[in-house]
Amino acid sequence: MRRAVVVGSATAAGVILLLSLKPHQGATSAAAPISSGGSGGADGSGGTSGTSSAPPAQASDTSGTRAITGDSVDTRYGPVQVKVTLAGKKITRIDVVKYPTESGRDRSINSYALPVLNQEAVAAQSAAIDVVSGATYTSDGYTRSLQSALDKAGS
Amino acid sequence: MTGVRRHAEHVMGTVFSFAVHGGGRELEDLLARIVVRLHRIDEVFSPYREDSDISRFGRGEIALDACDPEVAEVLARCREVAVQTDGFFTMRPGGVLDPSGWVKGWAVEEASRALREAGYERHCVSGGGDVQTAGGPWRVGVADPLRPGEVIAVVTGNDVAVATSGTAERGAHIVDPYRGRPAEGLASLTLVGERLAHVDAWTTAAFAMGPDRGLAWAAAQPGIEALAVLPTGATRWTPGFPARTDAARAVG
Repeated sequence: MRRAVVVGSATAAGVILLLSLKPHQGATSAAAPISSGGSGGADGSGGTSGTSSAPPAQASDTSGTRAITGDSVDTRYGPVQVKVTLAGKKITRIDVVKYPTESGRDRSINSYALPVLNQEAVAAQSAAIDVVSGATYTSDGYTRSLQSALDKAGS
Repeated sequence: MTGVRRHAEHVMGTVFSFAVHGGGRELEDLLARIVVRLHRIDEVFSPYREDSDISRFGRGEIALDACDPEVAEVLARCREVAVQTDGFFTMRPGGVLDPSGWVKGWAVEEASRALREAGYERHCVSGGGDVQTAGGPWRVGVADPLRPGEVIAVVTGNDVAVATSGTAERGAHIVDPYRGRPAEGLASLTLVGERLAHVDAWTTAAFAMGPDRGLAWAAAQPGIEALAVLPTGATRWTPGFPARTDAARAVG
């Protein structure tokens, strides 16, 4: 079975920022060279419980690295199950071990949406950034921006 | 370890933000000179100022050789970028001479160059959300266009340029020059490269192309990676994009 590999870096709360999926088993390797993922906010809560409530399913090795396989979670796209690898409290790898593979009508859809596992971790991670790239704000819009907060915090 | 001097300057209708490793009187003097230069660039190139060289030249009131010497150079760069982007970058959006799509990124690059030449080799400069870093590593958050205040990815590395075009701050303002109406299909598009002037102008052009063509075009440019956020919140990216983020670095 083909596995889609997802990598992430976040606090221990966990987050998937980037997903790299090939949606269909048996699809030709000539798929568009653009990877796809999702950040559907409405699905975020549904995806969270699978990892956070999961019991450890795989043993630790001697270096303090451990892997936890979560419960399979039903999303509106089908069942999703992930395995999270931690080094200490830091997530170093997320493997999607089960993901929707329904073929046919969605064959042409390559913006495949999986739940973001933990939106809060995205916000938490922003605390560790130095600068923000985003659509150009006006002088007024700047005052509400994350960049403004960073500039204030550092001056 | 030296501190980081941060400065925010309102100029060009937006805010330029500096973060420079270092400090002291020499850095203050340098930042003051850089800020003066940014305001001077705005005076010469702003299409919103009736009396700017660009506005007067655009109305046919003065010849090119009567303009600031940098005008001719900037217009030449704009013509190059128009060719590179199959005409999706234009210095006459809406029919009026407006090279802003090049000038802001170029101004950031000029500020970064001045810092580097003075020995401040670890810094980042943002022009309203378009970022040039030097030294590093720096962590550049990519704003989530659908969730204000949150980031959707973190680009990391040394000497990177990150530019984002989108509708979150100023609405659907990027015009597809072939259709003559605002480009659709993207909430935001972010390009990562090395030098901001080109990266910024290319981002605007690729945004105007729309998600399919824009991502394919970006993927074909050496040294350029892209992250697209669709209006639904779904994301798409070029194959090498994850390697430019902290997601890849964690796995090492």
